Amino acid sequence: MSDKLPTNGGYVAAAYLVFLAVLLVYFAIMATRASRLERELSEVNRLADEAIEGPSADPGAPDAEPVNAGGEA
Amino acid sequence: MPTSRKLYGTRLRVLSILTAVVLTGGFALAAFYAPIEADQGFSQKIFYLHVPLAIVSLCGFIFGGICAIQYLRTNDPRHDLRAYTAIHQSLIFCAAALVTGSIWAKAAWGQWWVWDEPTLVSFLIVFLLYATYQPLRFSIEDPEKQSRYAAVFAIVAGAFVPLNFLAVRLANPLIHPRVLNTSGGSLPGDMRVAFYTCVVGVALLFVTLWKYEMTAKHNRAQLRSLKRKLGGPDAAAIRGRSAAPRVSAS
Repeated sequence: MSDKLPTNGGYVAAAYLVFLAVLLVYFAIMATRASRLERELSEVNRLADEAIEGPSADPGAPDAEPVNAGGEA
Repeated sequence: MPTSRKLYGTRLRVLSILTAVVLTGGFALAAFYAPIEADQGFSQKIFYLHVPLAIVSLCGFIFGGICAIQYLRTNDPRHDLRAYTAIHQSLIFCAAALVTGSIWAKAAWGQWWVWDEPTLVSFLIVFLLYATYQPLRFSIEDPEKQSRYAAVFAIVAGAFVPLNFLAVRLANPLIHPRVLNTSGGSLPGDMRVAFYTCVVGVALLFVTLWKYEMTAKHNRAQLRSLKRKLGGPDAAAIRGRSAAPRVSAS
């Protein structure tokens, strides 16, 4: 097998690189959104903690259940 | 357990791995197993990327139209979100198909674009048609009206896609090859295996990304609902006008 790139190999490489670049940009945007979501999740956790430690001061209240979904508690 | 794993679930992870395997396998088959085409030479390898992208994007537009019909029938905002996400993603796939097709045209015909070719121009028309979907949504402030008008648009444009495809089939091709035809296609066996694997891989990629988008949007909606219940600032209320559907937390 020859080590040289076949004729028009540059165009083939360019086409596949375009696809890869589009995918990478898409993944980067999704990763940014996911990290924003995680930030919001920790904010909700903080709000939940405040609500639990607030007027009722009842850590066993059923309202406290969903906010532990972030896994940070 | 990392939060992201909880947010997206195990099934989506399995689907992602399957997509990566099939897509990589398809491209490997295209590179090493499929023979080099006698007429175009090595540049024909772009075919295994360009054609699946074009097919999947057109199917995605039709899927968006079907979801829009479901939305108009049931008035369930989840169907509007499905249509929105499918069209949004198909548009990205369509743009990628246009760019890779243009590169292939330059390699095979010596020109980036041929305006006389019905296949190319009709595909561009479909892309430009759907490029107006987001601005249409953004121009309507009332979320209910926005979803309804967008659904009508998605149905009409979705019906245009197969009609357009048929019209192009009936037209005389200038230089663009016809890969899929009623006699089973003109691909030899080795090329067909690589081609169909790539089609399945790109279709799986579409489904995986669509599911990620849907899950992310649902998670965000649920978080905002929780935040509202806990007395935090209502992000949905302060974000202003948006082209994206407002998702209910349920």
